[in-house]
Amino acid sequence: MPKTPTADLVAGPVAPGVPKRNPIIVADGVSRRFGGLTAVDVAHVEIPANAITALIGPNGAGKTTFFNLLTGFDQPNTGTWTFQGRDLARVSAYRVARRGMVRTFQLTKSLGLMTVMDNMLLGATQQPGENMLRALFRPLWRSREDEIRVRAQSLLERFKLDTKAEDYAASLSGGQRKLLEMARALMSEPQLVMLDEPMAGVNPALTQSLLGHILDLKEQGMTVLFVEHDMHVVREIADWVIVMAEGKVVAEGAPDTVMSDPAVIDAYLGAHHETDLGTLSGQLEVAKGMESDVVRSDIEEAAKDAH
Amino acid sequence: MNLNFIWLALGEAISPTTAAYALATIGLVVHFGFTGLLNFGQAGFMAVGGYAFAITTLKLGLPLPFAFLAAILASAAFALVLGIPTLRLRSDYLAIVTIAAAEIIRLSVKTPELTDITGGATGLNGAAATFNALNPIPDGRYGIGVLTYTADQLWVRVLGWALVLIACLIVFLLIRSPWGRVIKGIREDEDAVRSLGKNVFSYKMQALVLGGVLGGLAGALFILPRSLQPDNYGTQLTFFLYTIMLLGGATTVFGPLVGSMLFWVVLSLSDGLLSLGVRSGLLPLTSTQQGPIRFIIVGAALALLVVFRPQGLLGKKKEVFFSA
Repeated sequence: MPKTPTADLVAGPVAPGVPKRNPIIVADGVSRRFGGLTAVDVAHVEIPANAITALIGPNGAGKTTFFNLLTGFDQPNTGTWTFQGRDLARVSAYRVARRGMVRTFQLTKSLGLMTVMDNMLLGATQQPGENMLRALFRPLWRSREDEIRVRAQSLLERFKLDTKAEDYAASLSGGQRKLLEMARALMSEPQLVMLDEPMAGVNPALTQSLLGHILDLKEQGMTVLFVEHDMHVVREIADWVIVMAEGKVVAEGAPDTVMSDPAVIDAYLGAHHETDLGTLSGQLEVAKGMESDVVRSDIEEAAKDAH
Repeated sequence: MNLNFIWLALGEAISPTTAAYALATIGLVVHFGFTGLLNFGQAGFMAVGGYAFAITTLKLGLPLPFAFLAAILASAAFALVLGIPTLRLRSDYLAIVTIAAAEIIRLSVKTPELTDITGGATGLNGAAATFNALNPIPDGRYGIGVLTYTADQLWVRVLGWALVLIACLIVFLLIRSPWGRVIKGIREDEDAVRSLGKNVFSYKMQALVLGGVLGGLAGALFILPRSLQPDNYGTQLTFFLYTIMLLGGATTVFGPLVGSMLFWVVLSLSDGLLSLGVRSGLLPLTSTQQGPIRFIIVGAALALLVVFRPQGLLGKKKEVFFSA
């Protein structure tokens, strides 16, 4: 799946808060304060539809809080936003999900003492058997149950969890739980999938397959917004990057543009984000005159001066 | 040596009190075992149901179905009152509120000012009259050996256990339905369920009302073979129900039946054995010490149970394996 070029996404000069040609979320003046701390203070931001947008920024930048606000898990002090043109501010979390905007959590929330299959079935919508009175009469919900079971089975196969279907979710590894949470979110056929650090704690091979799944979502016409600290991941799959720092949107743009932005390097990436850590700390030998060698001698000299 | 106490202990397995405890525990299983609601006031639900039943039949003179209906409505209303302010909060708040509310009920009905309605500290007598009037079983004695029952005693056992089985069936059907899946999801992680588009508050309320109504009906059943005494509904009643639940298995529908039977049989059997020991001089106890000792035994048995079989008698081992 090719990346969507910047020109197809924006409707104006690239800058924080730039309007999009086809936004799925438009947020205005969203702020959230915890006592004296302003966690989120976003003046204006638009999330492009049918694209993969990465939300990056240093720890404590307010990314997860912003996620929580958009999905109704937290209430803002000020602000409004629309989802597919309809107002969605201060709507409770379950209604947000029903509108087609589902999320996953930074700390994976698999339902441990339920089977993997039951986890999946719970993600489905329009199951009449979830009504207490209808639940008593199996014929009323059986056909829908069969339908969603088929969908669950095919999703589990796609995420390579089908052999685990009848195991408790608690028996899965951390990475498999991430997969399960994502697969479960897809049961409702959402329009927007919001992933909070989908790659955290996932091994490289699994990361590759997760990346593939995220690209698939875009191909199927969904929109993805994700928080991620792994810049390789961001560079590889994101069409658009929004950078937050101290609660504000400080930059946005295509991945390569944003990552060479001095302000972003300063606030988040650090000057040597391309350099291998091992070469900096002296654990690895490097040839004289290479970038990391220069950086290391700079650091050592600075340390000497300090003494 | 008189070994009749063994028969009497076995008779406890089908006594109406055992049925009432089983029914109340089924309610608790819905709350705690399946939805994860910490209800420490199931005794309060039983009290509300019992009083609603007794007052409707004794003070208002209405027929039996209305008395049962009153027990259902009153305990459902009690669940709503407790649930509305607490179910949006963390689960510990429900625990605090339910334990306090149960005590409020027990102490309020005892006030002398309410004696005309609730009977004050002495409670109410004769609530079973309309119930026994409907007894279709012809007079006589039924049973074998020491275990013989009058027609009324048999009638309350039949109806009590019928009620328990109906409750089991309803809960069983609900738990294996998609509704049951949602409440089990809430037990595991309510935010996850919320993120999947389920109205968590509403489901928790439904579960609280369902379990509360079962508690209320158990309260009505509880006073059929005896008079209604406010002090029967103390905090210890709730903890007996928890004991029964853990005995049978907290996430099983039929565990409460097994748990309640075992609880009462063991309690009665140990009473018989202890009094045998005391009378024959084998145990250095007085007959007044003998009563409390039984509960010490129950406590010790419960401690052993949680250590060696934490899933209860009917529970699945694998559930405990992962819940560390």
